[in-house]
Amino acid sequence: MEPYLLFSNKTRSIIFNMQVKAVQRMLDFDYLCGRETPSVAGLVNPGSSGTHKAHWGTGEILIPIYPNIEEALKGNSDVDTMVNFASFRSSYASTKEALEHKNIRVVAVIAEGIPERKARELSHLAKKLGKIIIGPATVGAIGAGAFKVGNSGGTLDNIQNQKLYRRGSIGLVTKSGGLLNEMFNIICHNTDGIFEGVAIGGDKYPGSSLIDHLLRYEQNPKIKMMVALGELGGDEEYRVVAAMKKGLLTKPLVFWVMGTCSKVFPEGAQFGHAGAKAGVATETADAKNKALKKAGAIVPDSFDTLGDEIARTFIKLRDEGKIVPVQEPESLPVIPMDYADAIKRGVIRKPTSFISQVADDRGDEVSYAGYPISEIVHSGGKLGDVIGLLWFGRKFPKWASEFIELAIMIVADHGPAVSGAHNAIIASRAGKDLVSCLASGLLTIGPRFGGAIDGCAKHMKNGYYKGLEPRAFVKDMKAQNIKIPGIGHRVKSLENPDGRVTLMIEYARNNFPKTDILDYALGVQDVTTQKKSNLILNVDGTIGVLMVDMLTNVGFFSKEEVDRIVELGYLNGIFVLGRSIGLIGHALDQKRLNQRLYRHPWEDILYMVERKE
Amino acid sequence: MARRGIREYDAKRVFYKMMPRYTGEKVTFDIMPLLVDPDTDMDKLSEDNPWLDNMRLVVKPDQLFGKRGKSGLVLLNCSFDEARNFIKQKMGKSAKLGKVRGKLEYFLIEPFIPHDLEYYIAMKMDADGDHVYFSTQGGVDIESVWDTVKEVVIGPLEEPELDTKSLLGDVPALERKLIEPFLKGMYKFFANHDIVYLEINPFTIVDKKIKILDMVAKVDDTGMWQNVGVWDFDEFPSPFGKEPTREEAYIKSLDEKTGASLKLTILNPEGRIWTMVAGGGASVVYADTIVDLGHGGELSNYGEYSGNPSTEETYLYAKTVLALMTEKKHKSGKGKILLIGGGIANFTDVAKTFTGIIQALRDHSDKLQKVGCRIYVRRGGPNYKAGLEKMRKIGEEIGVPIQVYGPEMHMTSIIPMALGENDKGVK
Repeated sequence: MEPYLLFSNKTRSIIFNMQVKAVQRMLDFDYLCGRETPSVAGLVNPGSSGTHKAHWGTGEILIPIYPNIEEALKGNSDVDTMVNFASFRSSYASTKEALEHKNIRVVAVIAEGIPERKARELSHLAKKLGKIIIGPATVGAIGAGAFKVGNSGGTLDNIQNQKLYRRGSIGLVTKSGGLLNEMFNIICHNTDGIFEGVAIGGDKYPGSSLIDHLLRYEQNPKIKMMVALGELGGDEEYRVVAAMKKGLLTKPLVFWVMGTCSKVFPEGAQFGHAGAKAGVATETADAKNKALKKAGAIVPDSFDTLGDEIARTFIKLRDEGKIVPVQEPESLPVIPMDYADAIKRGVIRKPTSFISQVADDRGDEVSYAGYPISEIVHSGGKLGDVIGLLWFGRKFPKWASEFIELAIMIVADHGPAVSGAHNAIIASRAGKDLVSCLASGLLTIGPRFGGAIDGCAKHMKNGYYKGLEPRAFVKDMKAQNIKIPGIGHRVKSLENPDGRVTLMIEYARNNFPKTDILDYALGVQDVTTQKKSNLILNVDGTIGVLMVDMLTNVGFFSKEEVDRIVELGYLNGIFVLGRSIGLIGHALDQKRLNQRLYRHPWEDILYMVERKE
Repeated sequence: MARRGIREYDAKRVFYKMMPRYTGEKVTFDIMPLLVDPDTDMDKLSEDNPWLDNMRLVVKPDQLFGKRGKSGLVLLNCSFDEARNFIKQKMGKSAKLGKVRGKLEYFLIEPFIPHDLEYYIAMKMDADGDHVYFSTQGGVDIESVWDTVKEVVIGPLEEPELDTKSLLGDVPALERKLIEPFLKGMYKFFANHDIVYLEINPFTIVDKKIKILDMVAKVDDTGMWQNVGVWDFDEFPSPFGKEPTREEAYIKSLDEKTGASLKLTILNPEGRIWTMVAGGGASVVYADTIVDLGHGGELSNYGEYSGNPSTEETYLYAKTVLALMTEKKHKSGKGKILLIGGGIANFTDVAKTFTGIIQALRDHSDKLQKVGCRIYVRRGGPNYKAGLEKMRKIGEEIGVPIQVYGPEMHMTSIIPMALGENDKGVK
């Protein structure tokens, strides 16, 4: 590649830091320009590696991610450019490393706020090594139809509108990165477009200066005219004046120095850019514009007529036959609109795949059934209220929330011997992680273990609503050969009642508006205990029937809705949730005690293995 | 982000603290200077610093301006009581220095040093390297004896070591032995702590010890993160006479809290033309064009919002500008002009940033009508069409004439249009 060119349509780069949006914009530009290879060869994400998936037109490509610059360049011998998105703290080291690598020719430094001393060193180092820095504190540069640095040129629409996908005859250099797009726009409106455009950034010590780029444009036979946008402060523009006087810049140069307003400002005002402060009279925009005009640059009276001067200069060149007409591409490849962008603009729609009525995490704060968590906590909400909101989508009255909590506390554990805890213990001793131990315990819950809450609720409710007398209900169940769930205890009896049951019944009598199903179940208990005194309504049964009483009387569920709640397994959920507390306890207990792998003793197994022929 | 002057008090204090380290303890300082501000308890000051009562003192204002002696603002060779009286007389009083008028609020107190030798030393960071200037003829006006000043340049890629040979050729051996390690150490201090300008004029030698009389320092504020525990002041002082207005201070405080950039300078609160421009470059260009078209006297403010500020931030920014603008009618009776301008953004969502401005316009609709406001908008970039449409609608809604343009029009064309210069219209 000719030394006066910054980029060609073969230029390949690495991007320092995971700026995936900028990468996508670069790739879209490439595709629009009809580049054969993507301009991004790799990403450097310090310390990690892998691949990044990106769009390439309508398809997708994988871009490798490297842990450091050296690896990235080792893997891509055709890369000669780095776009450095490192922060102001780390830009110095990464830029220096890239400059010192033999393959790198151009480094664009995006960060704003690199200390002056470091920026100055980088600038001198680049000159010494014969390399080019664009920036710091810039959006970058564009070689029309060739290569785009990061976010330069803005959106795809903009690139199309300003014809940045093909080369024109104008070389542009500006101090302001923010006005790079605007200058592309002005040039596109008034000429055949940009060949190359660079924003050197507004720092005091830019890596490359206005004159560096103008001298390159002077060498480039395809560039017929130059446009530059300078700024008050510093002496860069005088280096341009000096070069013009020496005859080093012969092509028409339209120049405007920003900051002519400084004369109405208080003395020594600092504008947005670090370098934009006029210390002495020669550093003012007025003085610079005057000197440039005197040296032969075309300087408008104000920015307002910059476009007119550019147009006039271009037309003159064209009339002199110096402009080669641009070959416009017959058609441009179509790049699909980004899905997220299209949604935002409201130009496409698609049926959603999921619905959720539970929680919403899109706002400032997650809300449970419409109530922000902080509001729930501030209003004294407890676990029972959260279950009300997340499971039932309702704000339960206090008596109901408290009952849910009571139920959870009561079912939380039943010792190490029951199947759930036993499984959790065995899994824990096998060295499994907590989640596996918990899952192992939970998987035992079903019709035989822990299922009685659901079953009892269902049957008692049905019996009650069918109007079956308790005695008839018991008879009916027996006829169907169904053991009534929730009835019966191993040791407890009417005479020796289960304290937990007494407690719940007492709570319900004091707080529930009505306890119809409980009363019905106690009627059934009267019948069953006549047969055997331990056939009492047990803990699971009590929770089951009281949950039905609670839901029926809470004020917002119809009988049909309560039926559906029971059918869907909500009540089983209370057992699963509560018992998880105990299962976690058992699993952790075994780990804490450092218990070894369990192996069941042979003598406890009746081996009856026979070889059958 | 730029070069900032710091107080002589901070410069000396940090210099005194760091120099022993940079000179292998060859140069040390015993007494730290003191700073008096409007809240200083003078009794407590003397209690904490017994030397104040035992020594002759110097008092001078410490507010980033020079030529204090010529302005009669330095009290030399005084007792603590005299210093106290001097400060009491001047504190809070306004003073004029050159063209600038400001309030005196900060004073430096340090020991008075009788001396005869006066050396000049200055170090300056420049594009081609660090320039070090030295003269044995230091004193008030170094410019008048500039031919005695010797200069050394240390290139940006050289080791940060000062070779004093050519600087100290005229200095007798006895003094040179003291000055050489001082200059070498001072250069290390200069090069290691993001200082861009450091001048001592003069320093002297008393009883074989270096004594500093006047010191001026400027630092690069982008380098401050590398100097935690060195440059330990809380904030940079405003240049003398440039204390921000209430609104400027408010926008500055917003700016400090965000990653975006929000700037506001009030030029003429009585002016007719108000601007709200996105982007640092564009904001300069808009102000330039107003001035270049001959309306600089009516330009009320300079400012910018950029770097993708949030809706809330743009709202607060716009609210501040609109409140100032609608305070009263223009004295000519003509309506006021609001320019909501900007270039073509690279990646800022235009519709989003406009949302905050629109909210502020809605809040001020009555007041905007009262001052006869006309609004001109020009902007491009991501989602600009939606943004411009919103602007058109708010104009109708609040009954304020509004003209809205996109990138099809030259960036500054709304200025001549608004000022009735000519109506170039759409190109």
